[in-house]
Amino acid sequence: MTTTGGPAGRDAGPAPVLSVSGVQVTFGGLHALDGVDLEVHAGRVTGLIGPNGAGKTTLFNVICGLQPATQGRVLLDGRDITRLAPYRRVRAGIGRTFQRIEVFGSLSVRDNVLLAAETRQQWSPDPVDPRRVTDGVLDRVGLAAVADAPVASLSTGTTRLVEVARALAGVPRLLLLDEPSSGLDDAESAPFAGLLRSLAHDDGLAVLIVEHDMPLVMGVCEWIFVLDLGRLIAQGPPAAIQDDARVRDAYLGTRA
Amino acid sequence: MTTFLRLTIFGLVTGGIYAVAATGLVVTYTTSGIFNFAHGAIGMLAAFLYWELHVNHGIPTLVSLALVLLVFAPLAGALLERTLIRPLHGAPFATTIVVTVGILAGCLGLAQQIWKPGAPRVVEEFFPAEGFHVAGVFVSWHRAITLLIAAATVVALRHLLHHSRAGITMRAVVDDRDLTSLSGVAPTRPSALSWAIGSSLAALAGILIAPLITLDVVLLTLLVIDAYAAAVVGRLRSLPLTFIGAMILGLAQSHGSYWLPKAFPGDRFPDWLPGFTDSLPVILLFVALLALPEARLRGARAVRAVTGRVPSVRHAAAGALLLTGVAWAGAGFMTGQDVQRVGEGVALGLIGLSLVPLTGFAGQVSLCPFAFAGLGAVAMSKVGGGGSWVGLLVAMAVPAAVGALVALPALRLQGLYLALSTLAFAVLVDYMVFPQASLFRTSITLERPDLFGLSLQSDRAWFVVLAAAYGLAAVFVVWLRRGRLGRRLVAMRDSPVGCAMTGMSLTRTKLVVFALSAAMAGLGGAMLAAMKVSISAKSFTALGGLTVLLIAVIGGIETASGPLLGGLALAGMTILAQEAPALGWVPAVGPAVAAIVLARQRDGVAAVLGGLARNVVGRRRGRAPTTPDPLTALDGSWPVGQALEPARVRALDGLFGIDDGLCAAESAR
Repeated sequence: MTTTGGPAGRDAGPAPVLSVSGVQVTFGGLHALDGVDLEVHAGRVTGLIGPNGAGKTTLFNVICGLQPATQGRVLLDGRDITRLAPYRRVRAGIGRTFQRIEVFGSLSVRDNVLLAAETRQQWSPDPVDPRRVTDGVLDRVGLAAVADAPVASLSTGTTRLVEVARALAGVPRLLLLDEPSSGLDDAESAPFAGLLRSLAHDDGLAVLIVEHDMPLVMGVCEWIFVLDLGRLIAQGPPAAIQDDARVRDAYLGTRA
Repeated sequence: MTTFLRLTIFGLVTGGIYAVAATGLVVTYTTSGIFNFAHGAIGMLAAFLYWELHVNHGIPTLVSLALVLLVFAPLAGALLERTLIRPLHGAPFATTIVVTVGILAGCLGLAQQIWKPGAPRVVEEFFPAEGFHVAGVFVSWHRAITLLIAAATVVALRHLLHHSRAGITMRAVVDDRDLTSLSGVAPTRPSALSWAIGSSLAALAGILIAPLITLDVVLLTLLVIDAYAAAVVGRLRSLPLTFIGAMILGLAQSHGSYWLPKAFPGDRFPDWLPGFTDSLPVILLFVALLALPEARLRGARAVRAVTGRVPSVRHAAAGALLLTGVAWAGAGFMTGQDVQRVGEGVALGLIGLSLVPLTGFAGQVSLCPFAFAGLGAVAMSKVGGGGSWVGLLVAMAVPAAVGALVALPALRLQGLYLALSTLAFAVLVDYMVFPQASLFRTSITLERPDLFGLSLQSDRAWFVVLAAAYGLAAVFVVWLRRGRLGRRLVAMRDSPVGCAMTGMSLTRTKLVVFALSAAMAGLGGAMLAAMKVSISAKSFTALGGLTVLLIAVIGGIETASGPLLGGLALAGMTILAQEAPALGWVPAVGPAVAAIVLARQRDGVAAVLGGLARNVVGRRRGRAPTTPDPLTALDGSWPVGQALEPARVRALDGLFGIDDGLCAAESAR
C-alpha cells in the first residue's frame, strides 16, 4: 500500500526532524515544485526519487535555503526556517552534499573537513576539538588514507565522500545527500550503504537521499518519496514503491 | 526661474552623455558577461584621437567623427574582444577584472605618452556659439544635438536588443552560452559585435563631453567611471532604467553644484563641498548598491586546485631575514636616487601585499588600495607628525575601520559590485577627502620614527626598515594562509555555496578579510609616505592605485613574495626610463601589458621563478624536475553511464576522469 496526500510517514512515532509543507517554486510560468509535502524522521534513511527534471534538487535547494520557495514552509525540529539564510539553516542542523560537487579544490581532504569542524566550533555551544572531530569523521567515511591529498587529485566518487565527510563534521540532525553514490564503483557502493544505515541507526540522523542507483535506494531506504514534474506522486516503503503503477509510468514515460 | 531652467537643460545634457556611456557599458556586459572597466579609457582615447585628427590635422568634423566612431572605436573594441576578452570565458572572476583594469591602465599610459599632459588642447563644440533660445535660456546646438543623440542611442539599442536577430542572439548568449552554441550560433560573434558597439558608444560619449570640460586624460576617464552609477541603477541589464539613472545623475550634478553652495551663507562653504558635487555620481552608486537584491550564492566553477605550493612559516621567515639582509647590504651600493626608487617599489609592493589575502586567497577584488594607503599616510602624519610607532598602528586601524564601513553595503552582493564600489570609494576619497585643506594643505611631511635610539632618518636606513616590514608582513600572510582564516578565504574562493553549507557567514568572512587588507594597505601607505618624506593630495589617486593591483598580479597575487617582485619590476622600469628617456613608455604601459599577460597565471612571476628554482635544486640533488603527473594511460573498454556499448577510455587523471553515470550530469552545464 502506498499513501499519497495524507500525512507523510505517519507510521513513525516521534515528531519529524524535517517537515516541508505546500512548497511551490515557480520559474517564469513553470512549476518546478507544486505543492510538495514531505516529512523526514530521525533514525532512518529516506529516499527521494523521480525522473530527471522532477524537482528533486530544487526541493533540496528549498530545504537548505539556496532557492526561495514561492509558497510553502520548511520546518526543522518544529522550528520555521523558511526565511533563514542558508548558513543559518546549517547552524540549525542541516548538512548537505551536491550533485554538482562543491568541494574546496585547493585544500586537502583533511582541510576540507577541518574547515567545517572549525566553523562549527564558532557557533555551536558544544565544546569540541575540531582536529579530533575531523580525524573521527575521516575514519568513519573511509578517507583517512587520502587525508592529506589535494581534493583535486581524487576520483569523482571519492570527492563525493569528501562532501559527505564535510557535512558530517558539522554534526547535522538532517543530512541531505544529492546523488552521493554516482561515481562510486561497486566495491565502494556497499560500504557506503553501510555508512548510511549506521548514520541513521547508530547516530540517529535523519537522512534524505536523492539517488538514481535503484538497488542502493531500495536496499537502504526505509521510506521513499517519488517526485514527478514537481508533484509528489507516491510515498511508502520500498516494496510498495516498486509495485506502484504511477511510479512505473513516471519512469517509463507511459503516462496518459 | 531662468536659472532653474538653464540648470535643468545642462543637467539633461550631461545626463545624456552619461546615458550614452552607460548604455554602451550595459550592452557589452550583458552580451559578453565581462564588465569592461576600460570603458571610460576607450572614450578618453577616442576623444584625444578626435582632437588629433580634427584640431591638430584639420580634418573636417564629419570625416574625423566617422574615422573615430565608425573605424577606430569598433575595430579597437572587436580587437580587444577577440584577443583578450574571449579567452576569459570560464576564467575566475578576479582574472576578468584584472584584464579589463589592465586595459584601462594601458590606455591611460598610452595616452599620456602620446599626448603629454600640460599642453592646452581644446575641442570646440559642434556649431560653436550657435544655438537657440528656450524661454530665455540659450541652448547651443552642441547641447541640443547631444541630448538628441542620447535619446536616439537608447531607442536604437533597445530596438537592436529586443527586435533584431543579432540582438536576440546577444541576449541568448548571456542566458546560456553553451545552449546558444548548440542552436547553431557562434556565441563569439555577438560578443565581438557588442564590444564594437560598446566602444563606439564610449567614444561618442568622450567626444561629446570633451568640449564641455577640458581635454584631460584622467578627467575624461573618470567621467565615464561616473557612468557606472547609471549602469548600476539599471542593474547592468535594463537600458531604460540606465537612461533614467543617467538623467538623475546629470540633473543632481548640475543643480547640486549650483544650489548647494548657496546653502552656506556668505560663501563660507566647507572645503569638502566642491568635492561633494563632483562625487555625486559615486554617492549615487553607493545608494544604488544598497537597493540591489542580495546575490544568489554561486557554486564552484570547477573542482580544480588553483593554488600553488604554500611555503611553511619557517621558510617565509628565513626569506624575510634574507630580504632584510640583502636590503641592508644592497643599500650601500645604490645611489641615493635609486634607494628612493627601489624603496618606493618595495612600499608599493607592501600595499600590493594587502591584496594577496583579499584577491589572491579570497577571490575578491578591491580597486581602492591607494585610498586606504593614503588614509594610512594621513593618519600617521596626524600622530606626532609621523615620527611615532604608535602612528603606524593608527595608520592600520583607521583604514581598517573605514574599509569595513565602506564595504558593508557591497559585501552581500556579487564580487563585481564589491569591485565597483571600491573603485567608487577610491574616486570619492580622491575627490572629496584628500583635497581637504585640513588633511593636505599643499603637501605634508612625515617624520620617520627612530628605533631604540637607532636613527632611521636616512633614506638608506628607512629603506632597510621597509624591507624588514615587507618581510614581516609576508610572514604574516603565509601564517594566515596556513591557519584557520586562510582555509576559509581559499574555501570562499573555491566554492561560496560549499562555505555556506558549513555554516559560515560569507558576509562576515569577507568583512574580516576586507578590513585586514585595508589595514595592510594603510601600513604600506604610511611607510611609502615616510619613504617619500613629502606627499600631496595627488599622491594616492584612484587611477594611480590601479598600478598596485597590476604589480601584485605581475609578481603573483597569491604569493607573499609576488607583490615585492612586481614592485621591484616597476622600480626597475622607472629607473630604466630615467636612464634612457626614449624608453619612457616602459613604466607607463609595461605594468599593464605584463599584468594582462600574466592575469591567468595566478602565481605570476613568483611561480615561474619558484618552479625554475625547484627544478634547478631538484636536479642538483639528483631528483627529476617537478612536472605534473602524466595521464594514466588506459587502453580498454569501460562501461560509461548507461551506454549499451562500453565506451573506450584512453586516459584518466585527477581532473578528467570518466566515471559511471557522471558524464551526462557534468556536461549538461
